[in-house]
Amino acid sequence: MSFAWAKQYEPQSAFTKWLDEKLPLPRLVYNAVGAGYPVPRNLNYMWNFGVLAGFCLMLQIVTGVVLAMHYAANGLVAFATVEHIMRDVNYGWMLRYAHANGASFFFIVIYLHIFRGLFYSSYKAPREMIWLLGVVIFLLMMATAFMGYVLPWGQMSFWGAQVITGLFSAIPLVGEPLQIWLLGGFAPDNAALNRFFSLHFLLPFVIAGVVILHIWALHIPGSSNPTGVEVKQESDTVPFHPYYTSKDGFGLGVFLILFTAMVFFLPNALGHPDNYIEANPLSTPAHIVPEWYFWPFYAILRAFTGDLTIPFTGITLIPAKLLGVIAMFGSILLWFVLPWLDKSPVRSGHYRPLFRKFFWFGLIPAMAVLFYCGGAPAEEPFVVLSQIATAYYFLHFLVILPIISQIEVPKPLPFSITEAVLGGTKPGSTSGGGTIDPGSVVEGLPGTATDGSLQPAE
Amino acid sequence: MTIRLGGIIVGLAITAVLVLWSLLPGVYNYAFGPAPEKQPSYAFYEHGHGPEGGFAFDGAFGKWDVAELQRGYQVYKEVCKACHSLKFVAFRDLAQLGYTEAEIDAEAASWTVPGIDPATGEATTRPGEPTDYFPSPFPNAIAAAAANNNAIPPDLSLMAKARHDGSNYIYDLLMGYGEADPAKAAKVGFETPDGLYFNKHFPNVNIAMPPPLSDDQVTYADGTKATTAQMSKDVAAFLTWTAEPTLVERRQTGWFVLGFLLFATTLAFLSYKQIWAGLKPKKK
Repeated sequence: MSFAWAKQYEPQSAFTKWLDEKLPLPRLVYNAVGAGYPVPRNLNYMWNFGVLAGFCLMLQIVTGVVLAMHYAANGLVAFATVEHIMRDVNYGWMLRYAHANGASFFFIVIYLHIFRGLFYSSYKAPREMIWLLGVVIFLLMMATAFMGYVLPWGQMSFWGAQVITGLFSAIPLVGEPLQIWLLGGFAPDNAALNRFFSLHFLLPFVIAGVVILHIWALHIPGSSNPTGVEVKQESDTVPFHPYYTSKDGFGLGVFLILFTAMVFFLPNALGHPDNYIEANPLSTPAHIVPEWYFWPFYAILRAFTGDLTIPFTGITLIPAKLLGVIAMFGSILLWFVLPWLDKSPVRSGHYRPLFRKFFWFGLIPAMAVLFYCGGAPAEEPFVVLSQIATAYYFLHFLVILPIISQIEVPKPLPFSITEAVLGGTKPGSTSGGGTIDPGSVVEGLPGTATDGSLQPAE
Repeated sequence: MTIRLGGIIVGLAITAVLVLWSLLPGVYNYAFGPAPEKQPSYAFYEHGHGPEGGFAFDGAFGKWDVAELQRGYQVYKEVCKACHSLKFVAFRDLAQLGYTEAEIDAEAASWTVPGIDPATGEATTRPGEPTDYFPSPFPNAIAAAAANNNAIPPDLSLMAKARHDGSNYIYDLLMGYGEADPAKAAKVGFETPDGLYFNKHFPNVNIAMPPPLSDDQVTYADGTKATTAQMSKDVAAFLTWTAEPTLVERRQTGWFVLGFLLFATTLAFLSYKQIWAGLKPKKK
């Protein structure tokens, strides 16, 4: 680990000494989520969501593996086997509702985790790799959730599969054959259902693998914190265990209370009634909507209503559908360059007056509008609203962030985390103050100078 | 620098395409274009509110009213089953409705289900057994469509979950038959085509199902007066049970789990506070 004062694992018994020599697994756990991992002492509740996301992934894998034991991926019986789970399998209704609502809660947790990262600029150096891996996890989650929603083989499953794979048909030249290849036919059928089931079983384990990389990358610079000032001294940190294990334990309890309230009392509130009607290729639902967690991106997809034409010639350069598909994928892919778009050396939104205004009064309302319009029918005024919000979304990340990071005058940063927590403005005025040269106690971290100044993120 | 410059250019380009080719034409059309056409039937649709007083199973503490479910089953058996299947429900499930094993045996035997002749192997029929599922009134979808003016009567097992606010929806639908206001209909050129029936609580207003219930259509075994409203409520309750037989068990489990979690989370909070007690800054 990167901090000189991190506690070292010391095996106590003969067995753990033996194990530590052969396979230092307890040492790995100790250094990853135990007393051997020093964490900034000032983390707020927004830092709970990483652990909660890990819990959600495990919950989904455990419930999902059991559900797969009772499910059959065949268009003739898939819908009936889901009802078999609901009616005849012991506590099958609980497993299925926990799995379906677990997906929703996974996304709630992940969205809060992402917005924490956006507000506190957790994506900046030295943590770019953590952010990049996080975006990969998010993309994998979206693919997994989409394919999972197809498995019950209800009306929304079928038509959702039709619409989403139809996005690929917008690609010029290869689009139509690509969609047929993806579905294994001209419309969703057994071939599609079977491969979606196979991939839905596989991808969570791929996610788990990327999560391990995500946590590995996290442990190189250590956790970020609400001041955005890097750790300088031992008094800035506390050991992960017991300080953050206890805090995460409380957070997990609150999460589980909200989760079980949904599972046991409103299990279908986040789903769509049409998915309790068996898939029928001959009957199209009145309006097809994806699951709620895709709504913002669905709104971006539908915001592009006009073909890109050369005026007065009638020549179409890019059809509206392809524009929407590019924008929808682009809206997430642009997160991959976010660490290099936002150049401000200050991380935390608390010390960035201009950034904070655009975050709370620009990005958050725009996301709320996109969210609402994505679930609404494609009619006015929702179309115009989602177009305005889509425009703001791209302007925010691609234009506003680079510019404000250039012109903004940040507020003065505290000298250290200890000073931010315990107060005191002059160095040396508190027990944790900086009377000694921090360079003498801390090993150099990538991206920070040890004299307390922050280096640019590039 | 290159990335940021590229980002600004791409961002402005996307916004320009969106605003010039989608937003402005859309706003222009919204402001000056023709108003979107609305089906004349929208003028007649009314949102229902379910039965007065609600159902026994409503709310977080609701329970099944077994007598009501039995009456609802009787309505299904004597009215609905002529056209609608109930394919995810088995006779053995009726045990939840308070019937004894012998009663279920007898009930199952009173239904005829498809079978195989053990001597010849030919398709035949036989009396039902508790493990059998409710048989469909039609051999296949084509037969169902042919017998019903081309509209296939949907399976009812999951109807209460397959419609928004399903229990109330079923009640409202059964109570929504009547006539369209003739003056209003003449004004917007609305009519109910032959073979369809006006129903103000059906999204499309014209429904293929003839009014199924009329007062005293069934004679309830428990002596309850069989008004249309009573039968509608009973059958809506029964179909809620068929859609989710574990509804009450689910909520009871939920209260137990919530109680445990509240206790465990309180403990977790106290230990969190105790562990952090020495570290928190002193209040000034």
